[in-house]
Parts: sequence; structure tokens; C-alpha cells
Amino acid sequence: MNSTVLVNIARFILLIFAQVVIFNNFNLFGFINPYPYILFVMLFPVNGNKNVLLLTSFLLGITMDMFSNSGGVHAASCLVLAYFRPVIFKFAFGLSYEYQTVRLDDVLTPERFSFILIAVIIHHFTLFLLEVFRLVFFWDVLLRTLSSTIFSIVVCIILIYMFKPSRR
Amino acid sequence: MQQIFQFIFKNSHRLLFLLLLGISLVMTIQAHSFHKSKVISSANFVTGGVYTQMNNVNEYFHLKTQNDALAKENADLRRMIFNEKDSAKPPVIDTIRGVRKVDVIVSKVIHNSYNVHENYLTINSGSLKGVKPDMGVVNTQGIIGIVDKVSNNYATVISILNVKSQINAKIKKSNHFGSLVWNGKNTGYVQLIDVPRLASVRKGDTIVTGGQSVIFPANINIGTISKIYTDNETNYYTLDIKLFNDMTNLGYVYIVKSRDKEEIETLEKQSKPNE
Repeated sequence: MNSTVLVNIARFILLIFAQVVIFNNFNLFGFINPYPYILFVMLFPVNGNKNVLLLTSFLLGITMDMFSNSGGVHAASCLVLAYFRPVIFKFAFGLSYEYQTVRLDDVLTPERFSFILIAVIIHHFTLFLLEVFRLVFFWDVLLRTLSSTIFSIVVCIILIYMFKPSRR
Repeated sequence: MQQIFQFIFKNSHRLLFLLLLGISLVMTIQAHSFHKSKVISSANFVTGGVYTQMNNVNEYFHLKTQNDALAKENADLRRMIFNEKDSAKPPVIDTIRGVRKVDVIVSKVIHNSYNVHENYLTINSGSLKGVKPDMGVVNTQGIIGIVDKVSNNYATVISILNVKSQINAKIKKSNHFGSLVWNGKNTGYVQLIDVPRLASVRKGDTIVTGGQSVIFPANINIGTISKIYTDNETNYYTLDIKLFNDMTNLGYVYIVKSRDKEEIETLEKQSKPNE
């Protein structure tokens, strides 16, 4: 048990708690909610064990599903995000990802922003596609994805800045 | 054999992903199919506890509106008593044996969702208070939904704002039946479909529950007609119904327990064994 593990466990619990208590109750215009709980998947150590990431993402999603009565929707979209995370890293940060010097929780650069953007879009699109589950509502899925993506990104960046580890 | 192990070891990441994705997709599909979904729900110890605590705080912000609603309901009930021709009249007995047909359990909505296509409520009474799946849930203004899953102390309710829900309803004036569904667009409106073209419908007519199903007793308020569409292909009306209830703001609800339900259902199962 080192500090990284403890930090991630704390992040897991706090993000779920914040999501359920605060962010699920926004209902902007009746249906727009941010989902910043996926910060857990994004902020998971870059060089951490991939299988552990998959398992914890599944656990994270299933907990959210339990709270929102949605079957396995959150679990599936978290898994997809966790699985494609290395690809998004490679795309957003290029070579520096290979040397594993990437830090997300730092000053916002274009690379970091593009990573958050792509990750949130992938997660939200899967989420709403599975949640609606009917092709009749396809435009509704796109509308929800777009509006919630904007909202989620803003909240994610604010949260990252709020809990940025202080420099000594 | 060794190669199989090597393959599994090499691709453990991908295999784990596919396995977990498969599990979650199965659960998603089960949740979307109407009956016999055995997936996890918010009717359990942990989520129910969290929602109860949140509701305890939230309740204070709605004390005033709750009081107003209760006062109005009291006024309504008093009006009924005063307008009764003989207030000392014995209560109406429905059957020869004198058993009340409908029983009511009071409960409180501790979690309300209305922002997705398949909305569920969580209420704070469960099997210990006699709540069972497929019971109707109403409040003073109208119907709310049908009980889905039940744990000891909590239950989840399929809201009428759920594209899966389908409830038998009728036009109060003319007794023409239809099915109440939701198109997933506006939280204030639901749709009554399959109303025959023979029915005379007018804007502002009241829609009530039909009493054909055993879930709800007949003549519980639902809403008023706000728009009328005609379908050229099927010769049926589709009506937009404006709900009496504000589904985004729910407090105390009543769970309707029909005493004849099991009897009717076993009877119907015997006469239609194929379904």
C-alpha cells in the first residue's frame, strides 16, 4: 500500500460521492448533466497496471449504474474509455507518452485539453447510445452527447485545477 | 496446451476487456427489456441509505410547498364530506364478504430521475411494509408509476416518464380506452395512443386510469388533452396529455395494493395458458 494506491482509492470514493450528491442533480434544461466521475479513469497513473484499470473502471461504472438504475450502461462506457485510454494518450501527447512523463493534473496545455476532450466524447457517446438504446432517438443521442460533453469538460477542468497537487 | 496459456497470458488485457464489456452489455440489454430484468437496482442498502440522507436534507427546502399541497388535499377531502348527502351513511362495501378491494401504503420518493428516456424513482418502503412488484403508485394529483423492484426497505418505481411504461387509460367523458406511453421528449406531457376514431375527443378533456388492468383502480386522474393527432394509416388518435402531476417535484406518494390482483391474475393465466 503506497500513497498512489491510497490516493486513487480516495479519488474513486470522492468522485462517486460528488457525482451522486451534486452532479447528478444539475438537470440543466431538464436533461443535461455533467459526468466528471470519469476523471478517475483519466487520472489513473499512466504506467499503472492496465488490468487493474479495467477492473476498477468496471467497478466505478457498476456503482454509478446502481445509483441511477441503468443496468450496465455506465460500466460499459467506462470500460470502453479505459480500454482506449492508451490510444488517446498516444494521439494527444505523441511521443512523450512513450517515455511516460505525462501528467494530466497540471497547467492546461493544448495536448492535455485534447486528451480530456476526446476521452469525454468517447465516454459520453457510448453512454448515451447505450442509455437510449433506440435508433429512433439517434439525434437525441448526439444532442445529449454534445451538450453534456461541453458541461463535463468545464467541470473536469475546474476539478483538476481545484485539486492540483501543490508545488513545493 | 502451452500455446493456449501463452495466448491467454499475452492477451489478458484484451480478454479481460471483452469479458467485462460482455457482462455490462448483457446487463444493459436486460435492463432495457421490460420484464424479468434481474440487474442491480437502487433498491438496496447502500444506495437507498445514501438517497435517504440526501432526501433528509432536501426535504427542508420543500416544506412550504408540501404544507400547501396537504392543506389543499384536506380541503378537497372536507368538501367531499360536506357534500355527502348523509354523512352518517355506512361505507360502501364492494363485495358480499365486505372486504375492502384496495389498500394504500404511504411512502416517500427519495430519488427522482426525469432526465433520461428510462426514468425510475426510488421510494423508502419495501417488502417489510408489504410493497410488492407491479403495484401502482399514485399521489393526490394523479398517477406516478408502477413498482419495479423491491428490497426490504426500499423499492424502485418505473415512472410514467419511461418509454417502456404502458398503462391502460381512458377518456373520462366517453369511456374510450387507450394506452398511455411516453415519447421521451417533454417531462410535462405523455401520450395516449390507440384511441379509436369513433371517440369524440376535445382539447381539455380529462384522462383517467382505465381499470382494465389490475394495477390501478379505475378513475384516478392523469391529465388533460392538450393536442390531438390523427394517424392516417391506422385510424387511431394519438393524444398529447398534459399531466396534472409535476413529475420533477414529487414528495409523498401512495402505493395502491389491490386485494383481488392475485386472484384475477391466476384466473387469467388459467384461461390463457399459452401467453
